Amino acid sequence: MSRSLTPRTVAIVLMVAALALLPLYAKLSGNIFLLTLFTRILILALAAVSLNLILGYGGMMSFGHAVYLGIGGYAVGMLAHEGIYSGFAQWPVALAASALFALVIGALSLRTRGVYFIMITLAFAQMAYYVLSGIARYGGDDGLTIYKRSQFFPPLNLSDKMQFYYVCLALLYAAIYLVWRIVNSRFGMVVQGVRSNELRMRAIGIPTYRYKLVCFVIAGTLCGLSGALLANHTDFISPATMYWTRSGDLIVMVVLGGMASSFGPLFGAVALLVLEEVLSGITEYWQIILGPLLLLVVLFARGGIDGLLGSLSRGKEAGHG
Amino acid sequence: MAEPLLQVERLAKRFGGIIASDDLTLSVAPGELHAVIGPNGAGKTTLIAQLTGQLPPDSGRIYFAGGDITALPMYRRSMLGLARSFQITSLFLDLSVLDNVALAVQAHAGHSFRFWTDARSEPELRTPARAALARVGLSAREDRRAAALSHGEHRQLELAMALAGKPRMLLLDEPMAGLGPEESARMVTTLQALKREFTILLVEHDMEAVFALADRITVLVYGRVIATGAPADIRANQAVRDAYLGEQEAVHG
Repeated sequence: MSRSLTPRTVAIVLMVAALALLPLYAKLSGNIFLLTLFTRILILALAAVSLNLILGYGGMMSFGHAVYLGIGGYAVGMLAHEGIYSGFAQWPVALAASALFALVIGALSLRTRGVYFIMITLAFAQMAYYVLSGIARYGGDDGLTIYKRSQFFPPLNLSDKMQFYYVCLALLYAAIYLVWRIVNSRFGMVVQGVRSNELRMRAIGIPTYRYKLVCFVIAGTLCGLSGALLANHTDFISPATMYWTRSGDLIVMVVLGGMASSFGPLFGAVALLVLEEVLSGITEYWQIILGPLLLLVVLFARGGIDGLLGSLSRGKEAGHG
Repeated sequence: MAEPLLQVERLAKRFGGIIASDDLTLSVAPGELHAVIGPNGAGKTTLIAQLTGQLPPDSGRIYFAGGDITALPMYRRSMLGLARSFQITSLFLDLSVLDNVALAVQAHAGHSFRFWTDARSEPELRTPARAALARVGLSAREDRRAAALSHGEHRQLELAMALAGKPRMLLLDEPMAGLGPEESARMVTTLQALKREFTILLVEHDMEAVFALADRITVLVYGRVIATGAPADIRANQAVRDAYLGEQEAVHG
């Protein structure tokens, strides 16, 4: 395959450059809201990247992925509440708790498939939602305000909006790179083979369950990191973070951006959240516009934004040939 | 006779009132091409499913290479060297042709918990995969998506995947199903070349192919073995003629 200047590579390069320069623009124009919005977009894009690993590449339709946002976030929030502010303690706990939770959910849900898998992942997420709503010590329904962001070594200071943005951006790109390495490795080939035809996978001699489970845990852990970032971003964590509609949002980002593509979830997150922002500025019934838009994507652009860019690329190549 | 490579003893399987395998005993010697034939619903595919571990038998035992494999899961049997091609084409349709075969190689190259190296650039996987594709004559198609191949090519790819795992025995479930005369002839040629190297259990409808290829034939009717022997014996066997061949000849006549 030639690495020519296809619309897809152009779009990715533009996106990467724009995201790198955005804080400068925000500072020069004094539009701090833009920085806040895009920090949020980066964090949720990281969650979508992790979901894409199991949904896009692995074909595992988890409807409870936001639960790891909540677990990662509560790990930060609870430790801060108990007076432990060090990020070196908070973040590993966030990752480990998410991994452990993913291991439990995965171990039970991956024995089922189809609608049952969807329902079990949803049920676990809702269970976590109600449990955390009930813990009065950590704010219950009302959530928990985080008075101090995770502390790392100076000069790194997450309370600095610009620094925090770049931390999120770096972690997002690292996650995209990590997922890209994983899906092209032997492990990733197995995961994609399972999506394509699990029965055949077992017939050629691969015990699929353990691979799916490990994949599920990696995705959950990565999403837990996103949760830790989100709690730092909003200085607040509540059960609403892991409500099932949030899991739905993550699925929409992945589908909209293009399943099983490296940058698709980032495109999807930017498109969905910017649209949401713009449309909600026009009318409070913005979902009436967003709904049909999504419908059009599902009906006419199966591969999402990435697929659209891909077909433009092929069209261009055909034109040259 | 040498110790059989595959030994099936008194296998029984029923689905409600339907008897799919009835006291089924059969043995395949190393190097033999053993064909299983029988009219529709004779339980041929059910037999294969039990041999591969897709279905558990109700009773009876299966021995492979001297060991009891009756209770082993599918992937363990595959690791022992029992490879299967599917009757209904079962491939990784959204992956490339070469990826399909490379996955089959990978399955037999140790565990796959390797997260970092690009699997598509590992000669350890790609070279044997290309060799298997060459054996079935699909080399020119290796970069195509499996979904883009014709039905005949799908059957060849199936076979390449079974070969890629360096099996001790091939279980071929109707490799000619749905093939045109020309494609069928090509498949027979391919199998003829393979039969010297592998022990093969062939389930097939195409009588011409079966009689051209088989060393021994077992005839199933309603899950029960009614005859087993060399092709000439089977052709001469009255019970078989009544149950099966005669019927077909009558149709042809």
